Amino acid sequence: MQCPSDKSKSAMLAYVLKQYGIVIALILICTALSFCSPHFLTWPNLITVTRQISLNGILAVGVTFVLLTGGVDLSLGSLVALTGVVAASFAHPGDYPLIIPVMAGILAGMACGAANGVVITRGRVAPFIVTLGMMTIARGLALVISGGKPVSNMSPSMTRLGGDFLGLPIPVLVLCGISAVSWLFLKNVRLGRYIYAVGGNENAARAAGINVNGVKLLAYTICGAMAGLAGVILAARITTGQPNAGLAYELDAIAAAVIGGTSLSGGIGGVGGTLLGALLMGVINNGLDLLNVSSYYQQIVKGIIIVGAVWLDRKHGK
Amino acid sequence: MARNIQKTFAGIHALSDVSLEIRSGDIHALMGENGAGKSTLMNILAGLFQPDSGEIHLRGRPVIIKNPHDAIRKGIAMIHQELMPIPDMTVAENIALGHEPTLGMAGWIDRHAMKQEAERLLGLLGVNISATRTMRELSVAEIQTVEIARALGRNAGLLIMDEPTSAISDREVEALFAVIRTLARSGVAIVYISHKMDEIFRIADTITVLRDGKYVGTHPAVDLDKRKLISLMVGRDLTATILEDRKVHGEPVLEVNRLGKTGLFREISFNLRRGEILGVAGLMGAGRTEVMNALFGLDPADTGDIVVNKKKARIRCPADAMRLGIGMVTEDRKGCGIVPTMTVEHNTTLSALTRCCAGEFIIHKREHAIIDENIQLFGIKTSGRRQEINQLSGGNQQKVVIAKTLLTQPSIVILDEPTRGIDIGAKAEVYAIINRLAREGKAVILVSSELPEILSLTDRILVMRQGSVAAELDPRQTSQEEILKYAMPI
Repeated sequence: MQCPSDKSKSAMLAYVLKQYGIVIALILICTALSFCSPHFLTWPNLITVTRQISLNGILAVGVTFVLLTGGVDLSLGSLVALTGVVAASFAHPGDYPLIIPVMAGILAGMACGAANGVVITRGRVAPFIVTLGMMTIARGLALVISGGKPVSNMSPSMTRLGGDFLGLPIPVLVLCGISAVSWLFLKNVRLGRYIYAVGGNENAARAAGINVNGVKLLAYTICGAMAGLAGVILAARITTGQPNAGLAYELDAIAAAVIGGTSLSGGIGGVGGTLLGALLMGVINNGLDLLNVSSYYQQIVKGIIIVGAVWLDRKHGK
Repeated sequence: MARNIQKTFAGIHALSDVSLEIRSGDIHALMGENGAGKSTLMNILAGLFQPDSGEIHLRGRPVIIKNPHDAIRKGIAMIHQELMPIPDMTVAENIALGHEPTLGMAGWIDRHAMKQEAERLLGLLGVNISATRTMRELSVAEIQTVEIARALGRNAGLLIMDEPTSAISDREVEALFAVIRTLARSGVAIVYISHKMDEIFRIADTITVLRDGKYVGTHPAVDLDKRKLISLMVGRDLTATILEDRKVHGEPVLEVNRLGKTGLFREISFNLRRGEILGVAGLMGAGRTEVMNALFGLDPADTGDIVVNKKKARIRCPADAMRLGIGMVTEDRKGCGIVPTMTVEHNTTLSALTRCCAGEFIIHKREHAIIDENIQLFGIKTSGRRQEINQLSGGNQQKVVIAKTLLTQPSIVILDEPTRGIDIGAKAEVYAIINRLAREGKAVILVSSELPEILSLTDRILVMRQGSVAAELDPRQTSQEEILKYAMPI
């Protein structure tokens, strides 16, 4: 976040690459794709791209909070399934107004996130272990609640959440909304600043009078709530609560945050980068689809991008 | 052995032109105050650091010690103050670690040979420790002996021991000394670092004194006594800081009654008045930092009372302490002073962020105004408030930490080693800040290992030794020698 004192050309280049590397990469790839495929730069395709990234984007923004504190959350994918099942159970036609299934899903996610946070802070168990446990627990809960079968028979008002509003997909609007709020929170709210401090140096944060455990608990709770939101949206889109949904979603979310410059050791990064990371992953996937590349190869490409992005960031960060 | 060694850390001379000669069979004590350069010198010999200039001769030949592994290969072994055994391995496995005897090409470990070798080495040292016990079961003294056996197993010609008796009982010290003497008789050269004078005179043949990174002298132990040794260690001029005339002290703001924490400190009692600067002297490990951490809630005490402004206080975390008007600049700037990933601005306002807020929202304009004012007030040399704190020099980082602490407007300010590792200029600025705080009526506790600093800045000096208060002295009527006399472990 700081201008190089040495204004030499190479230092300037490194600075630009570090700050805007991902934007440049995104522009280059979009330009290339628009030459390679006439379909890429069309309105319907762009809407498709944003629709495709919206779920991953919401989860990635959520996990950014946790990563910024120096933690990690591996339970996101399972939470998506659990909260989707919970929401769908409350969404049968004529049961409740729409707000109830939506809130039920989000609250279920929040509760699981808070449980993660409590065990991590009070129990001093490593976040990796706790959220790995939650990954299995939430998946199990989803199967128990649904009886192992998809929860179907969803009210039309609920399924409409997966559709469009004023020509824009509602999931995309939700992603925009939570990104804006999260960005403001991290930039302009006291607790947002504390999240960075805790991730940057936990001991210094404590010595500065910050309630470190409280801040971490907040981060995991927010992350859980976002997973709940994603779960509700996914259930609405596929018109069922699927107990097997969301497999490995957490890894894509973490990948998006990391590609966007959020450090796994905490204290560095933010919502803007995470969104760009999710967008980059989405654009590349879409491009490979348009170019008829097999989805098997897409996996390989995605892996290379994750490692490559962090590698470049390291090289120019030092 | 070592000639004209120089080592500079970030522009600060840790060692300049230090020479040291150690003969085989000699027990050579290295003495000096905290920060005199003993550890730096030994770390160079053990290959942890490279000297900037100078050379090291081993058995008459110049050598370069590339890394700790290389040092061991060349016959230099170091036993650190903090022992590093692998707790779940046996004594024999620890002794053999890194050069296990093997059978055949596949590298099968020859357990029998390993055990025999361990027993042979422990036998040479004349101790009775079973080679099959795990390290976890051993006492600190026994672990030390195992480490010595390990060094012996590497055919170490030079054994460096850093404060080996800091954590062991008197009886164990006797046993350790017997081991050291056995080693010396067999021709091993020993460098022995300790603060404990009595021990030094009991074990050492030769004593070398370092002071402020410079070589002071080498003497046969028989030519020195305690008094002469202390004067060699401290014999520097007082830096010309003028003691300000602040005789009028106000109300007592802090009373500490019989504060204690198991294994760290006990029966700590003192009080502090408005406008007073209380110095806390003592050697490393005397419990000074631990007491301050307890006062600030970083690591609360087990027993005793803290009374702030005549009210008994419960301080369980730094936030509690800050509410009571206590601010602290911690000893460990990197560890709990700065957040390295944040900017100068965000570091400065971290403790007092509510002052930049309307409700929960940060008003950036207010924050900018506060940071600009503080950059000027403390003379922080930075390219701007958005510079990363990591890019600042140690002295400027320290000024940021002090500014951060003072922004919470504390009435009691604890400064733990505020001038450690910063250059002379920044030191003078920190002194000026301390004086100003007292003038403004704040109560200041200054913990420092630099005696001239304590003597010239404070109104009263507490000397801590081994976890308790050894003396309370008047800086106008005491000397470095007297302080050190109380600070030295008995």
